Amino acid sequence: MKAGIVVFPGTNRERDMALALTRAGAEVAWLWHRDGDLPAGLDLVVLPGGFSYGDYLRCGAIAARAPIMQAVARHAARGGLVLGVCNGFQILCEAGILPGALLRNASLRFLASDCLLRVERTDTPFTGLYRAGQVIRCPMAHGDGNYVADEDVLDRLEGEGLVAFRYVDERGEAVAEAARNGAARNIAGILSPNRRVLGLMPHPENAVDPLTGGEDGLPLFLSLVQAAVAT
Amino acid sequence: MKARVTVMPKSGVLDPQGKAIGHALASLGFAGVGEVRAGKVIELELAETDPEKAKAAAEEMARRLLANPVIESFRVEIAG
Repeated sequence: MKAGIVVFPGTNRERDMALALTRAGAEVAWLWHRDGDLPAGLDLVVLPGGFSYGDYLRCGAIAARAPIMQAVARHAARGGLVLGVCNGFQILCEAGILPGALLRNASLRFLASDCLLRVERTDTPFTGLYRAGQVIRCPMAHGDGNYVADEDVLDRLEGEGLVAFRYVDERGEAVAEAARNGAARNIAGILSPNRRVLGLMPHPENAVDPLTGGEDGLPLFLSLVQAAVAT
Repeated sequence: MKARVTVMPKSGVLDPQGKAIGHALASLGFAGVGEVRAGKVIELELAETDPEKAKAAAEEMARRLLANPVIESFRVEIAG
């Protein structure tokens, strides 16, 4: 699988992302925010975490209007795989590729800790190697992860099964306290209607090594490689 | 010509920043402060000299970038 990682000024998780993808067997290409086109033969575009453009205006707002984002939107429209993590999720929402928005954490605090996520469905290119309902441990690090959308948008996401991951407690229950950032309906990650685009606040790329807090994030990248090979 | 764009969290959207300001005002002893909402003001210096056209241009900028319609509303004022 060929994955392209987009770097904006202020992106800072791109190397972690490259490490996770490489460990899963993907080939990584670096993409620059000013590029107008994606390299040929790219299976996956990744928007990694960080603080693009210093979070000026709104998190991800400036990056969403960068030249490369039109190419990313075209890639998504033709069914290409897209993964946006943390700031990348914010950028996907600001670009209108995914619905909703990410507001300041309800506590107003920057949250840097592990969180527990429940895998809501496994018939997606991102989650094929997880078990349905599996609870995974993943680090999170964000100031603006409070997912919001209109009630009808939330109902549509639920109705179409487009919630990919939810914040849960130790028992795997999506109780309100588990969504420490205040995210509506405990939403940590959502999918596009064709399930080829995933936006996710926590960092699976930082959970790929037993020496640094576990490997629960690795199956996401292995699933992607498997899905890309299968198509 | 100057345009002033005021961007506010939409009513119904949680505004934790406004809430924190409200709490701080209460702890300073200011009584009788109800809901507090915090937004931002963006001032634009525009080459356009026609107030109507300047307003339309600033509104287009607000729609395309300055405000996020999912969570924010905006208002444009033209000042000479």
